[in-house]
Amino acid sequence: MILETKDVLGLEDLSAEEILGVLDVAAHFRAVFDRPVRSVPIMRGRTVVNFFHEPSTRTRISFELAEQRLSADIINFSAATSSFSKGETLRDTAENLAAMKIDMLIVRHSSPGAAQYLAKVLECSVINAGDGAHEHPTQGLLDIMTMRQRLGDMRGKKVTIIGDITHSRVARSNLWGLVKLGAEVTLCGPPTMIPGGLDKLGAKIEYNLEKAVADADVLNVLRIQLERHSSKSFPGNREYHRMYGITEDVVRKLKPDAFVMHPGPMNRDVEIASEVADGPRQVILDQVANGVAVRMALIYLLSGGDPRSLGGSAS
Amino acid sequence: MNFAEKAVLMNASEITRAMKRMAHEIIEANKGVDNLVLLGIQRRGVPLARMLAEAIKQVEGQDVPQGALDITFYRDDLSTLGPSPQVSSTEMPFDVNEKIIILVDDVLYTGRTVRAALDVIMDWGRPQAIRLAVLVDRGHRELPVRPDFVGKNVPTSQREIIKVKVEEFDDKLEVVVGEVTE
Repeated sequence: MILETKDVLGLEDLSAEEILGVLDVAAHFRAVFDRPVRSVPIMRGRTVVNFFHEPSTRTRISFELAEQRLSADIINFSAATSSFSKGETLRDTAENLAAMKIDMLIVRHSSPGAAQYLAKVLECSVINAGDGAHEHPTQGLLDIMTMRQRLGDMRGKKVTIIGDITHSRVARSNLWGLVKLGAEVTLCGPPTMIPGGLDKLGAKIEYNLEKAVADADVLNVLRIQLERHSSKSFPGNREYHRMYGITEDVVRKLKPDAFVMHPGPMNRDVEIASEVADGPRQVILDQVANGVAVRMALIYLLSGGDPRSLGGSAS
Repeated sequence: MNFAEKAVLMNASEITRAMKRMAHEIIEANKGVDNLVLLGIQRRGVPLARMLAEAIKQVEGQDVPQGALDITFYRDDLSTLGPSPQVSSTEMPFDVNEKIIILVDDVLYTGRTVRAALDVIMDWGRPQAIRLAVLVDRGHRELPVRPDFVGKNVPTSQREIIKVKVEEFDDKLEVVVGEVTE
């Protein structure tokens, strides 16, 4: 059994073997994209609900595409167009969904732990599509898949994650997954944007960008979440770009094979210079393609058996 | 679940002889090997397809293109699968449109694998024809599927298990029959 769980809530909960198993299956799904018919029938007759309580383009479309390519039936709803705007609670909404017999729930929510709460309440499988600043496991998996395609075994490989670590669920999921696979992770950003305690999870903290990227094999550049910042923690776009922006100058000093990743959406010329974002060292669109494959793999593997026999709790 | 081996049904030279005969039958039915491709079903159909290709080459002196087919994502038993099945890769190094495809598998049993394989091929294109070659036909079909080329017909009970061993995965070439013991 590749996945022993009913739900995928974070990379904190997955073992190195489980992560590698998912990525192995994802590689087979990636091969399906190159065929004339880009879907397989394995999830026919299963219903997946995409419940996005927070704005999302990339992740939502990626999940939808993954579900379509598995031939699942799909229901989408977002907070704005549902009874949330009438004051219904998260639990009531979820239980109504469950009563209609869905097989899987994909949930994006601004509160950390929202997916975990729903997983506990519901009998169906739940995949966390991002919960507050906690975790974004599918992004972590697609990032690691993209790294492994170029670097192979991640043991001893040096990954530098740059940006607003405090607000980043992408950083947390990357950190959990990469450390389990034996990579050396360095977190870099302004001191106001790196919370204490992450060194205990196995990361190196480096406030100086030049030092942080010097011997890196890959840079994962996070989006500056302008909407989440108070003026106190964020120095301003231009100052941030000057201190921590990934510019041509920074890229020139990297190891010759090192490459640059970004989870999107990009703030051009804030965390990443346009020339780098469009340049030969970035693999951003590869990340996007891998995202669909990773989500197909998770949905497929979680559906591969009766969830109730896997220790899932009843509602 | 344990597997207790009862008897050897085919040894290496019997398998080789059966493959040679099947190669001749395929060439005869097809009037040559033009437009022909061999497609092995993962995993043991793949080495068998390679053996067939070698046998065909000895007769016709011509290489027949080979591919591999994984049917995991086309199975009809997702909810009853036990452990996550091993997924292998599909390799289709040719355009299937207008080809005559010889689908190769080790054992033909319920016919469900072949049903899934036909769906995979259709998602790659529209071949002129698909024929089925199996090393062992053990009966008990659940779908209207019939092989065109058979190495050996073996009457079995449903309790029995037929195992085809190939050099690549099992270090020897033979077909054995056995039973599941608790």
